Amino acid sequence: MRDDEEDVEGSGLSRRDFLKVGGISLTVPLVIGHRVVKAAGADVKVFGPNKVPIELTINGKKMSASVEPRVTLLEAMRHELDLTGAKRVCDRATCGACTVIVDGKAVYSCTVLAIEAQGRAITTVEGLMTGDKLHPVQQAFVDNDAQQCGFCTPGFVVASKAFLDKNPHPTPEEVKRGLGGNLCRCGTYMGVRAAVQQAAGAQKGGRRNG
Amino acid sequence: MADYKWPDAEKRTLIGKRISRLDGPAKASGKAKYCYDYNRQGLLYGKILRSPHAHAKIKSIDTSAAEKMPGVKAVKVIQGPGTEIFWAGDEIVGIAAVDEPTAEDAMRAIKIEYEVLPHHVIDNDPKSTPQDLLKPSGDQTTGEPDKAFGDADVVVEGQYGQPVITHCCLESHGATSEWTDDKSLLVHVSTQNVSGIANQMAGVVKVPAANIHVQQDHIGGGFGSKFSIDRWGNESALLSKMADGKPVKIFLERSSELMVAGARPSSYAKVKIGAKKDGELTAWESESWGTGGIGGGGAPPIPYVFNIPNQKRKNTSIANHIGPSRAWRAPNHPQACLITMSALDDLAAALKMDPLEFYFKNMELTGPRANVYRDEFKIGAELIGWKQHWHQRGDQTEGPIKRGLGLSLHTWGGLGHASDCDLTINPDGSVELKMGTQDLGTGTRTTLAIVVADSLGIPMDAVKISIGDNKYPVSGGSGGTQRSAA
Repeated sequence: MRDDEEDVEGSGLSRRDFLKVGGISLTVPLVIGHRVVKAAGADVKVFGPNKVPIELTINGKKMSASVEPRVTLLEAMRHELDLTGAKRVCDRATCGACTVIVDGKAVYSCTVLAIEAQGRAITTVEGLMTGDKLHPVQQAFVDNDAQQCGFCTPGFVVASKAFLDKNPHPTPEEVKRGLGGNLCRCGTYMGVRAAVQQAAGAQKGGRRNG
Repeated sequence: MADYKWPDAEKRTLIGKRISRLDGPAKASGKAKYCYDYNRQGLLYGKILRSPHAHAKIKSIDTSAAEKMPGVKAVKVIQGPGTEIFWAGDEIVGIAAVDEPTAEDAMRAIKIEYEVLPHHVIDNDPKSTPQDLLKPSGDQTTGEPDKAFGDADVVVEGQYGQPVITHCCLESHGATSEWTDDKSLLVHVSTQNVSGIANQMAGVVKVPAANIHVQQDHIGGGFGSKFSIDRWGNESALLSKMADGKPVKIFLERSSELMVAGARPSSYAKVKIGAKKDGELTAWESESWGTGGIGGGGAPPIPYVFNIPNQKRKNTSIANHIGPSRAWRAPNHPQACLITMSALDDLAAALKMDPLEFYFKNMELTGPRANVYRDEFKIGAELIGWKQHWHQRGDQTEGPIKRGLGLSLHTWGGLGHASDCDLTINPDGSVELKMGTQDLGTGTRTTLAIVVADSLGIPMDAVKISIGDNKYPVSGGSGGTQRSAA
């Protein structure tokens, strides 16, 4: 049920290619960690096929898990690390409910393999608060009622933060386009856009950004 | 029981004020736990193997390879050999395994042979539909439609309609069930109907409803499709039983969600509609059809809102091999609205009348609410700037984007339903309200807190609202414009 054509973030290797390479590894002895094999004329890391230990850096903390190479970053976070803020909704990089920030860039965690996310700085919705204080973007979502059922909200919040980090003073049209990768089934887009504008204002004035 | 009434207007400090939703910070911070988010101790992942065929008979099922796979804790045939399947995605075998990849592998290891039967999934033309799938109603006639059409100054004909659409809740349907002892079940289920679920499950899982504890803090959308425990919910409990009571989580994959967890019936109609020169509506004739799955579809209440004096109507329900229909925002009403109001707009255009004037001309046909509608239209027209912005059909401005204004009327019965609650006033002055309801994101929690605080004359932060648990006093489902509206 997955979209095999999606690029695995930053690897230059599509998921289908990766699975093909994974197939090669079945014919060689199993070892822990990865091996390097030639595939499509390039050196490629091969993991698995069984569970492999991984280490992820999420919200500044090192976290360990043991997952099969086919497990996505989203599934590893939700199932192994109990980080359930990011949601699995479409599971094919279209709805944005699983958005996290990887090395400063908003990505769909349903389309990044957990093993590929190692060594990168991952920020999730759980990492945005400072103590008990909501991040200005989160506060803006509350102030502007930018949510109903709230299932898309963590993805929108993270996408909004990543967007504002790159575009601190957006026009309304830029906000609309910048958040085009997230879907809300309840239809709270007007509230979301108002929230992003409020958060941008807060950042500009430095009042809420603390 | 004491009678309750709202506080007098001059004593209200909260009702009617803009108040941020109480669940806002939890949702914005990702801390809000939906049933899909609960990772219970010893959790098993449930999967359902579904029919790939829209119409078939099961010949054989071989689950032996799946049962032997390491990590597979339960395999259960839901519908066995000989069963006729009427839609793609229907449930055949349930699996519980230690993790999701293992459950997926186990599904692939199951061998099912089907006798594939003819299927029909097209609803846009009854003429191309096999006769045995059509259920026509008789002609329904009011007044003298033939005479009225003969006397009409203007008659227009058109075909209108809309296809089946799916609910597509972002949190898919599902439940996590676990047996806390031999006779007690705990279920976290994504539902619009917390108080109703235990009674639906009791007969299937064979324990009294009183032994079934249902919990839900937040729900990721329902839209009318989440009133039932559904087969997968029951199967999560039955698989859990087979796996020594360990929690089994079954939440539908997106593809399954689209196939089986919600379809709003389609509705199409060929409409003929007639009026006098001055706009007085006199005659309606419609042949409508649509599908809501193998059970057919409901008849849309057309003509909608306007009770045109002379009518001839016929509806044909089409049985299609698709997942069964579910309620969605005033069942059959949006379809009826689109069909009727489109026809009225075409008629107004043929009369070269402003549709707003045309509606006012015929407002008495809407019955006892005519005065309410008149007032609403006056307010709406002013706010929209109807007079300034409405124009005859055909936008003459440059470029591909064209603009136009239209209007329609919509109605629904919407009544309040009985809800009980426990209200405890503690010695320190804090108050807790317990109610077996749910907050769909429509603000139920917040609304209850406002009502309690205003009724008792205390601040909102002195009130704790506890909902989403069937051990609290019974409340109804959130649907049909009952509970707080968005």
